[in-house]
Amino acid sequence: MLTPTICRMKVHAPRLAAAALPGQFLIVRATENGERIPLTISDYDKESGTVTIVTQQIGASSSEIISFEAGESFADVVGPLGIPSDFTEMTEDELKGKRYIFIAGGVGTAPVYPQVKWLHDRGVAVDVIVGAKTKDLVIYKEEVEAVCDNLYLCTDDGSAGFKGLVTAMLEKLVTEDGKKYDQAVAIGPMIMMKFATLTCKKLELPVIVSLNTLMVDGTGMCGACRVTVAGKTRFACVEGPEFNGYDVDFDEAMRRQGMYKTEEVEANENHKCRIGRGK
Amino acid sequence: MANKIPRVPVREQDPKVRATNFEEVCYGYNVEEAQLEATRCLHCKNPRCVAACPVSVKIPNFIAQVAAGNFAAAAAVIAEDSSLPAICGRVCPQETQCEGSCILGVKGEPVAIGKLERFVADWSRENGGVKPEVAPANGHKIAVIGSGPAGLACASDLAKLGYEVTIFEALHRPGGVLEYGIPEFRLPKDKVVAAEIESVKALGVKIETNVIAGRTVTIDSLLDEEGFAAVFVGSGAGLPKFMGIPGENFNGVFSANEFLTRNNLMKAYRDDYMTPIHAGKKVVVVGGGNVAMDAARTALRLGAETTIVYRRTETELPARREEVHHAKEEGIQFAMLTNPVEIIGDEKGWVKAVKCIRMELGEPDESGRRSPVAVPGSEFEIETETVIMSLGTSPNPLIARTTAGLETNRRGCLVADENGATTRPGVFAGGDAVTGAATVILAMGAGRKAAAAIHEYVQNR
Repeated sequence: MLTPTICRMKVHAPRLAAAALPGQFLIVRATENGERIPLTISDYDKESGTVTIVTQQIGASSSEIISFEAGESFADVVGPLGIPSDFTEMTEDELKGKRYIFIAGGVGTAPVYPQVKWLHDRGVAVDVIVGAKTKDLVIYKEEVEAVCDNLYLCTDDGSAGFKGLVTAMLEKLVTEDGKKYDQAVAIGPMIMMKFATLTCKKLELPVIVSLNTLMVDGTGMCGACRVTVAGKTRFACVEGPEFNGYDVDFDEAMRRQGMYKTEEVEANENHKCRIGRGK
Repeated sequence: MANKIPRVPVREQDPKVRATNFEEVCYGYNVEEAQLEATRCLHCKNPRCVAACPVSVKIPNFIAQVAAGNFAAAAAVIAEDSSLPAICGRVCPQETQCEGSCILGVKGEPVAIGKLERFVADWSRENGGVKPEVAPANGHKIAVIGSGPAGLACASDLAKLGYEVTIFEALHRPGGVLEYGIPEFRLPKDKVVAAEIESVKALGVKIETNVIAGRTVTIDSLLDEEGFAAVFVGSGAGLPKFMGIPGENFNGVFSANEFLTRNNLMKAYRDDYMTPIHAGKKVVVVGGGNVAMDAARTALRLGAETTIVYRRTETELPARREEVHHAKEEGIQFAMLTNPVEIIGDEKGWVKAVKCIRMELGEPDESGRRSPVAVPGSEFEIETETVIMSLGTSPNPLIARTTAGLETNRRGCLVADENGATTRPGVFAGGDAVTGAATVILAMGAGRKAAAAIHEYVQNR
């Protein structure tokens, strides 16, 4: 357990581990009667054939997942799904001299890690802003710190790092500290990605976001994950999950994300949003 | 001599009762009914029914065995050509294939070939099944992408020829559209689909679930690294189409694929499964195909007052007549010559109505069907909580995008010749991935043809 409600686990899935790249996700079904739940891949090891996933307890299905003990098995694990991050397609020359800033909120820090590691391993300069509600809810700090140039921590209550929002930190870095970035990547709760995108727009900084929409099959079949991007309907599972943040209709995406929420779950989800906003 | 009695009717669940459950609508023939119906066959010298069957089941031969009470022998006759008879007997459009060409149908009712096939398959399953002959292993490995009807038919034929066949399935249960698309009340999952898949596995076919071709593995890695001699792609037509009208992304608008997948594959209708489904009190289904009927009848069973909206008239409905008939019996309303122009949402972004326009039939188009034309100023609203778009699907581009040398046509379908050979040597394809959305039996036919072509390709390599 990374926190009382956030759990990290390594899953043995050799074919998946061999094929996984940064930016991709997988789908698990905890039990025979369970839902198919999309989760981001937060690490993969081709040699041991394992992938790492991080799950936050939100509703019944995530509770089922985090209740697993080491050695138990999911009913199903499938992936990798989605298109890998753009930079995995770039040549060394294209990446050379580029400066990346990642904005990670809450559990969104976990999928940021393999991306930062990938870039860092290729000599790309990467800074990371990590936001959480409070010190105890910060995850992956050491891991990310080990593979980035600078890590800026923000918490709601100021119990660790900067007291305030990740967006305020981003603005401070660029406008006050004179940091220059070529590309931002924001991963976290939808509301955080929306505001991170607005801040990036203000700073004229291109931003990629990773959309954690509702999904059923995750292979393009159902269309539950559809989002409006640049005025067009796109399927996050096969055409994403990463999109240009400027083009995403976040309000629609947030509304669609809440389609099956019961009031109880909604309370939990709101709780999660505040973590992401670091407010 | 053939018995000149009327077609033996088949027993069905009462429409009022079945509208509230997911149990199978049709009970099928019992032994007496099947034997009696079998006596109606004329045993034509040139049986047109066989020619009209995409997999060429020797129909008069199996019917003769039924009439004689040799049900195991009847099952063996069918098994020579079809690996999924209990499925085909239930979901084939017989009225346009075997039964549609039955000579008895010219003046009266054709022989109930579908119901007889179903009877034989069900009897056989309950009495130990058929053990088809399998040739000795020939040492060649074949990969099949997708465990739907095309893949299962292809895999069966190749396994019988002695190939070591592995099917890779993206979802967690094998069966493709048989599992996620066609509802329980038309095609029982455990009793029929799982059992027929078991009979394919009994031929030695391996099925690996949770493997996505183009992501978990690629066609290239299967051919180059995993030692498969050839690959058959039967990945189906995955991506749902939407209309492109305003409001389509409001909460409460679903593709038929999503609605049916939640209910069938994920068993959302059952309390002991966790996947949710939203139907509400009123549902509008847009479209007129078999999938639209399935979605509407599913919504009805979930407790919704359901209306099917279709832009042409009832005559043009592409769904099987039996499905339309069943839907009407169950109380589905049909709004023909009606086309949605906008979906209206409430302040919270949930669907509250569909704005439609009245249509009339104009001049015939290239397909020969009279094309619907909107009547200006005839817009009206239908109040609803849920809208299900059943407008067909287009193929998933994943395999074409991740495989060099695999051409697609302008609709995104894989290009393959009549034997299933694609533009890449060693890669064959069939079913909806090639034709776009079609039927179970056409996919099976394509799978069988491709199996023969793969056999020839491997033997001549």
